[in-house]
Amino acid sequence: MDFNGSDTIPGPRAEDQLPHTAQAAAKIVIVGGFGVGKTTMVGSVSEITPLTTEETMTQAGIGVDDNFGSASKTATTVAMDFGRISITEQLVLYLFGTPGQQRFWFLWNGLFEGALGAVVLVDTRRLEVSFDVMGRLEERGVPFVVAINTFPDAPRYDIEELRTALDLTPDIPIMECDARRRASSRDVLMTLMRFLHSLAMQGAHT
Amino acid sequence: MTPPQRQRRSPAPEPPPQPAQEGEGKVRNPERMYVVAGPDGERAELDLVTLIVARAADPPPSASPEQAALLRLCAAPLSVAELSAYLHLPFSAMGVLLTEMLTAELVQARAPIVRKARSDRSLLEAVMNGLQRL
Repeated sequence: MDFNGSDTIPGPRAEDQLPHTAQAAAKIVIVGGFGVGKTTMVGSVSEITPLTTEETMTQAGIGVDDNFGSASKTATTVAMDFGRISITEQLVLYLFGTPGQQRFWFLWNGLFEGALGAVVLVDTRRLEVSFDVMGRLEERGVPFVVAINTFPDAPRYDIEELRTALDLTPDIPIMECDARRRASSRDVLMTLMRFLHSLAMQGAHT
Repeated sequence: MTPPQRQRRSPAPEPPPQPAQEGEGKVRNPERMYVVAGPDGERAELDLVTLIVARAADPPPSASPEQAALLRLCAAPLSVAELSAYLHLPFSAMGVLLTEMLTAELVQARAPIVRKARSDRSLLEAVMNGLQRL
């Protein structure tokens, strides 16, 4: 990036700016294998065109050098798409789509830290891709719901059959969705929030 | 047709070691939280969703080009993730840039809402109400 031309760096469009009253943001992570529809889901509910932030695989040379940008050129970068939903004048929700494969778990350190919860997006043609992701979330104590993105040519299983196959406890919501549709993606997020709410209620009783 | 079968896991005190990486040799787990001192000496952490706001409309003459670019972007609050996307800088580089700027009091950071052992129900309800309006 050439910062000499900083006047020309495109920023948010006027309508994409947050109000000055925006006080705090929370995040939700959508995780799944390549091509499962993470970015589609982010895009279908986001109020802004999804943006991409990159992270590098190696730490060396990053952040210790004034030469921003070029210092990272030799490192492998992984892109993470995200979107945004303004909840109130004060509160903003961010949605991050991140690949679930083990080699990308280095991304998870900053990402799942503090995330309210996660949506594991599953393609029944490659169900096992999501196994490690769910295990990792369980180990980290990140609450999640499972959304099956229904592709026309994907095998259809009964939800309870999938619950058994995915070894999910009865309380973990699992649902079908169409990530391309805003209403469907919103329902998935609502399901996650209701699940988090029920966990909070349990916490309050113990 | 029977789907493949998974085995549930339970919370682990220690995450499993990272897989070995080719090339550079040893693997380092990038430390992603940047701890900075606030005006009252309190320590704040930068998160992808920490909101950054410029303290003054115009960059001071001493501002570096990248600082000036960032200040223009966050005339209104903007998350670290969005700044990273617009500036084409990885999150780790954003941490360095913003730590300098917070120390120089060029920008203000608004702390993110993070998951706690006991979630804030009113927050979750506010989010649900917001999603309902989508």
